[in-house]
Amino acid sequence: MKLPTVAEEHEVVIEIGGIPIALQTTDPGFVSLLKGRYGSYMTSDTSPDFTFRVDLVPPDSFNPEDDAEVWFENGEWRLERGDFRATWSQESRQGLIRQTANPYSIDSVLRITHTLLLARTGGFLLHASSAVRNGKAFLFSGLSEAGKTTMARLAPPDVALLTDEASYVRRIEDQYLAYGTPFAGEMGEPGKNISAPIAAVYLLDKAPENKIVRVDQAEAIQRLMRNILFFAHDPELVRMVFDSACAFVAAVPVYRLSFFPDERVWDLIG
Amino acid sequence: MPTTEKYLAKSTDIAARTLGDETIIMSTLDSTIFMLNPTGTAIWQAADGNTPLSRIIEDKVCAEFDVPVEQASADAHHFIDELAEHGILVVSDHPIPQ
Repeated sequence: MKLPTVAEEHEVVIEIGGIPIALQTTDPGFVSLLKGRYGSYMTSDTSPDFTFRVDLVPPDSFNPEDDAEVWFENGEWRLERGDFRATWSQESRQGLIRQTANPYSIDSVLRITHTLLLARTGGFLLHASSAVRNGKAFLFSGLSEAGKTTMARLAPPDVALLTDEASYVRRIEDQYLAYGTPFAGEMGEPGKNISAPIAAVYLLDKAPENKIVRVDQAEAIQRLMRNILFFAHDPELVRMVFDSACAFVAAVPVYRLSFFPDERVWDLIG
Repeated sequence: MPTTEKYLAKSTDIAARTLGDETIIMSTLDSTIFMLNPTGTAIWQAADGNTPLSRIIEDKVCAEFDVPVEQASADAHHFIDELAEHGILVVSDHPIPQ
């Protein structure tokens, strides 16, 4: 008689922004995929704040045309898109992700989960590249084609890149810190897993010459809100994110950086 | 010129912050953002559900910004119609309980 086999459970812990989240799967191939994508963000000596079980499902399990929807229902968050379905209870600290074996779905679930966690603590994910120079972090924000990746590519050797796509901002007591993230954009490489106090935010605008102008708080809030990544249909959390943006621009200077895309722009930073 | 009195109240589905004499308002329903200039901010701050619009225009716009009442009234009605359309302001012919 052939005995039934029990699939071995694997767990990897991915710590982004100082928040460790465990992912459990029975698929060794998916573990390899996670290690390849999140290598420098994986930790083995920290107990996770939250745990997601990942169930891999066959292709075409969902309607690929479905847009991302995030909402709170019956005590848990529901995250859905054309390529995944996830539930997560902040109270029990447990969640379930159903997706195919691909890196993009898990990446999106992690991004969304972090935006929900940050919203209650004064932080946020910002559509921006960011980098550390001389112990200070600088964020470069803008819509597509504004120059986020260009700034990252032009960075001189003494600059450590935190991300070219999604900057991770946390409020720790009265200080704002930027953390490296594995959330990569066009460069396709994870940022360095370090953090530093944020010295400035630059709103990018390509121009014939380099110029920096301080932006007043009202405009800064408006521009920041356009670039904060937040997906949940939840008025209370949206209000918290707005309050976070207001508090942030009161503490961190925001500038408009018009720049000609060559390495000289970094003479103005840091 | 409208003949009936109007009353204004701030929607509960918003987040707002006044910085100096400007106000930034965001709808928490669709994240639409509005920037109010000093005149708009004056009207916004007076939108308490009980003060008639005509009195807001007279006391908060004409008196403080030196604008003729006809022009202030036309501008104010255009302004409140736009905010009401986006669910930022509640407008009624009667006082609005807060």
